[in-house]
Amino acid sequence: MQASEIAARARKRGRTPPTDIENPQYFHKVVDCQWACPTHTPVPEYIRLIAQGRYSAAYMLNWESNVFPGILGRVCDRPCEPACRRGRIQVGDEGNAKDPSKKNAEPVAICRLKRVAADYKGDIDNLLPAIPTEKNGKRIALIGAGPASLAVARDLMPLGYDITLFERDPVPGGLMRTNIPSFRLPANVLDEEVGRILDFGVKTLFGAEIKSLKAMLGEGYDAIFVGTGAPKGKDLELPGRKEAAANIHIGIDWLTSVAFGHVEKIGRRVVVIGGGNTAMDCCRTALRLGAEAVTVTVRSPRKVMKASDWEIKDALHEGIPILDNHAPKSFVVKDGKLVGMTFEKMVQTGVDAKGRPKLEASGEIVTIDCDDVLMAIGQENAFPWIERDIGMTFNEWGQPAVDRKTFMSSIPGVFFGGDAAWGPENIIWAVAHGHQAAISIDAYCHGRSLVDRPKPGHTLVSQKMGIHEWSYSNNYDPRNRQAVPHATLEASLKNLKLEVELGFDDKIAAREVERCLNCDVQTVFTDNLCIECDACMDICPVDCINFIENDDEADLRMALRVPALNKSQDLYVSGPLKTGRIMAKDEDVCLHCGLCAERCPTGAWDMQKFAYAEAQAASACLSHHNAYLSA
Amino acid sequence: MSYIAKPSAHHPALPRNALGLTRRDYEGSMSTLCAGCGHDSITAAIIEACFEMDLPAHRIAKVSGIGCSSKAPTYFLSRSHGFNSVHGRMPSVTTGANMANRDLYYIGVSGDGDTASIGLGQFCHAVRRKLNMTYIVMNNGCYGLTKGQFSATNDKNSPSKKGEANPFDAIDLCQMAIQLGAGFVARSFSGDKRQLLPLIQAAISYKGFAFIDVVSPCVTFNNHPASTKSYEYVRMHNMASENKLDYVEPKEEITAEYDEGTSTSVELHDGSQLMLYKIGEGHDPRDADAAIHTIRTNAAKGTIVTGLLYVNEDQHDLHDVLGTDERPLNGLPMSELCPGSKALEGINARLR
Ligand SMILES: Cc1cc2nc3c(=O)[nH]c(=O)nc-3n(C[C@H](O)[C@H](O)[C@H](O)COP(=O)(O)OP(=O)(O)OC[C@H]3O[C@@H](n4cnc5c(N)ncnc54)[C@H](O)[C@@H]3O)c2cc1C
Ligand SMILES: Cc1ncc(C[n+]2csc(CCOP(=O)(O)OP(=O)(O)O)c2C)c(N)n1
Ligand code: SF4
Ligand code: SF4
Ligand code: SF4
Ligand SMILES: [Mg+2]
Repeated sequence: MQASEIAARARKRGRTPPTDIENPQYFHKVVDCQWACPTHTPVPEYIRLIAQGRYSAAYMLNWESNVFPGILGRVCDRPCEPACRRGRIQVGDEGNAKDPSKKNAEPVAICRLKRVAADYKGDIDNLLPAIPTEKNGKRIALIGAGPASLAVARDLMPLGYDITLFERDPVPGGLMRTNIPSFRLPANVLDEEVGRILDFGVKTLFGAEIKSLKAMLGEGYDAIFVGTGAPKGKDLELPGRKEAAANIHIGIDWLTSVAFGHVEKIGRRVVVIGGGNTAMDCCRTALRLGAEAVTVTVRSPRKVMKASDWEIKDALHEGIPILDNHAPKSFVVKDGKLVGMTFEKMVQTGVDAKGRPKLEASGEIVTIDCDDVLMAIGQENAFPWIERDIGMTFNEWGQPAVDRKTFMSSIPGVFFGGDAAWGPENIIWAVAHGHQAAISIDAYCHGRSLVDRPKPGHTLVSQKMGIHEWSYSNNYDPRNRQAVPHATLEASLKNLKLEVELGFDDKIAAREVERCLNCDVQTVFTDNLCIECDACMDICPVDCINFIENDDEADLRMALRVPALNKSQDLYVSGPLKTGRIMAKDEDVCLHCGLCAERCPTGAWDMQKFAYAEAQAASACLSHHNAYLSA
Repeated sequence: MSYIAKPSAHHPALPRNALGLTRRDYEGSMSTLCAGCGHDSITAAIIEACFEMDLPAHRIAKVSGIGCSSKAPTYFLSRSHGFNSVHGRMPSVTTGANMANRDLYYIGVSGDGDTASIGLGQFCHAVRRKLNMTYIVMNNGCYGLTKGQFSATNDKNSPSKKGEANPFDAIDLCQMAIQLGAGFVARSFSGDKRQLLPLIQAAISYKGFAFIDVVSPCVTFNNHPASTKSYEYVRMHNMASENKLDYVEPKEEITAEYDEGTSTSVELHDGSQLMLYKIGEGHDPRDADAAIHTIRTNAAKGTIVTGLLYVNEDQHDLHDVLGTDERPLNGLPMSELCPGSKALEGINARLR
């Protein structure tokens, strides 16, 4: 170490105040997966329940949080996994689909474990909330039977609401039914979890398209929830579009037709335009309908494709080429029939201010022969059925203005959620919106403030069982992320309905659960007990803990044993210790192994489980959460 | 003692040294000492020192006697040579090893019991012979391993945990070492790594007998409020002889501002330097008498002088004194190692 450090200390500018661990959001944020989950599912808790073989309890904790564990355990967008702390500690051997030079991080397979809870659970009917036979006298209309509306129904039925669900399609589920192919999400899984909610006594009207909000407002409902999704797929107006119309399909509409059995085959050669998950579903579906050559074309480089890494990999695994830097130019028509598409190849000339590639046309034209084209270039919201003269405020993009906190539109009592609120998202966000909208609807119907949101529940309890014994599995298991078994390629491509991912069996699950670090078991520091013996700092396997002179946060971060460069992760800072120094812990890669607490002679460190549950409209939907909070 | 081993996972951004190793690669097995034991902290400083000096583990031999302190070598450098010897016999085992192989770095770890009681004679002769080694005493003022009896370094005014008085004056190992001719003598505190780390680095670089007495609280038997070897007491009565120490490796450039009046630097045999800042108010570490005077006057006041106490930059080690071969024994061909009966006869004849 050099004496330049002395000068640096002399330059000291400020101090970082001690961390306020009374604020529940501090420890909540340490639980990366739960924090990242839009519905804040208590992930480590359900993983421990799976480890104990308590699959039904694990399922119920999920069901209370995210309503569709069996569905989400298969097709969730899984924002929790890129957030998972384990992924910052372990990198695997597998390259990334978008950038093969980068190895993929190996977070815990949170999503697959959710499916394990669903696959292995027992009969849970007696664990569901009771639905009052005596209703509360309030009538609610839900428009659209996608996950957003269904979540609202789930949350409000136990409170005695009289709920009517209007759906245009003949069956419930929304895009989960019509667009997510059954080889990813089998119908029986969807039926079970959607049916569970409708069986609470929701009045359903299928084939009932709502054509006028004005008329709906006149029906005397106490509140209306719009969960109609973002139903319009974008089109491309290129030369030849009209002439070749018979063989050009909007991706999401085409997937719907396939789901309902209206379309059972497709041409021999198919081009799919687009780089998102819809394109991946389109190309894989086309292959199963008998296409011999399916090609995906994307305008931008592979690196910035929107589709998830695993969805791209599944398409590549099925032998589908993905051609990037291909900008569609025209449809080639011969004798009134589509015979191909031309593309102009793009070249990257740099990056823009946001780091996205800047593309320029190269002048090189490529023709791909094809019999059908599927367009999967995005969706937009369309509300032709909302009259413009009924007092609804529309924003600059022509969309209804919806309050981000209350989910209410400018018409009191009319709420939005899911893709209908702010454009296409995913199922778990639709559910999160549903929970919040249900809270607002309940408050609205009872004349309470919509702005004062109910507070989350949280507890912090020591996990110490003996001198070196903890109530959780604190050992670090170095094992790699477990791979999920797949059906054979041959069988899969022959059967549109055959589920490709087989899920973990109980043995694979038993290995994967041990990879979870139990980030909810917090390292809690009591500064007046510390004698500054350094034992915790010396034992910590990942050099999280520091005893150091206080400084402003930026300098403090750089002065740690290993500089804390990941700013999205907090520093846990103590008050002054006896020598005047402070304890500063970088939460970033803490293994939650408890060794700091084991090596501390005074109990200044303790491992305490932080249980956290978001509030919901009906406490009856939180009975497993309440048990978890009080355990 | 923990049930789990220290996880193999380490911080993904953990720095690597010139050998491409992280400090985790210098660890040993997990400590079985009491939680909070000062010895573990010294272990951590040794790990850090060897890591920062880019030392290859196979060039180091760690030798110890018996005691909690003497167990400590198990907890660092698991890939080095090691010998956990008999109580108080670390110096003679090290002497033998060093005579046989002068190319290794010898790190001797001992306790105050191991050194100042049963091993006192061994200690004196290792110093006197100027054995090229780093001799670290983890000094907790008691026999930790045998449940905390007073050791010979426990201060007279420092009673046992149960209040039993100590009738004897303490042996001051640093004073003894200086008197017996040690070339590098330092004292430090397990709770002050900022001071301890450069001292260990300099001691390892020093060619000759380098001694560090590290006050190391025994959390279980000698960390009570009346003990003079407790965390609290040492923190309150620690008189550092320098504001700051810097160990600067030969390859590194000295970048610090260097004030002649208040700073000095000690050149070590391998070209590295120990920079001492603000020594002006203290004693000159090249002056053995001044060093002993400083230790004694402060001890009379109940203060513990820490830092580099004495250094002799021109010491010659045992190999120099004896004029031994430049090569370790394992590098000598058999014909030289065992020159035969003729040569023996020649030697015998010379001594007749
Ligand atoms: C191809 C594709 C694949 C996807 N894959 C995934 C995935 O793997 N994971 C994931 O999390 N998300 C996925 N998504 C996104 C996800 O399906 C949606 O974000 C989610 O379903 C939105 O839920 P919602 O309740 O807001 O609306 P939707 O699910 O869109 O449901 C809206 C419902 O409202 C009905 N409706 C619309 N207008 C009216 C009207 N006027 N009257 C009556 N009924 C009406 C519709 O028929 C529909 O049933 C995918 C989307 C697509 C297009
Ligand atoms: C020959 C012999 N005599 C006595 C003992 C018992 N004994 C074991 S450790 C120890 C004292 C160790 O004290 P110290 O060196 O200070 O080590 P600490 O445990 O305090 O670190 C004694 C007396 C022994 N092991 N061998
Ligand atoms: S629990 Fe403690 S010892 Fe373990 S990684 Fe976290 S801070 Fe380090
Ligand atoms: S182990 Fe405990 S007493 Fe020692 S420094 Fe860490 S928190 Fe403080
Ligand atoms: S008894 Fe004392 S010396 Fe031995 S391990 Fe415990 S604290 Fe350390
Ligand atoms: Mg001792």
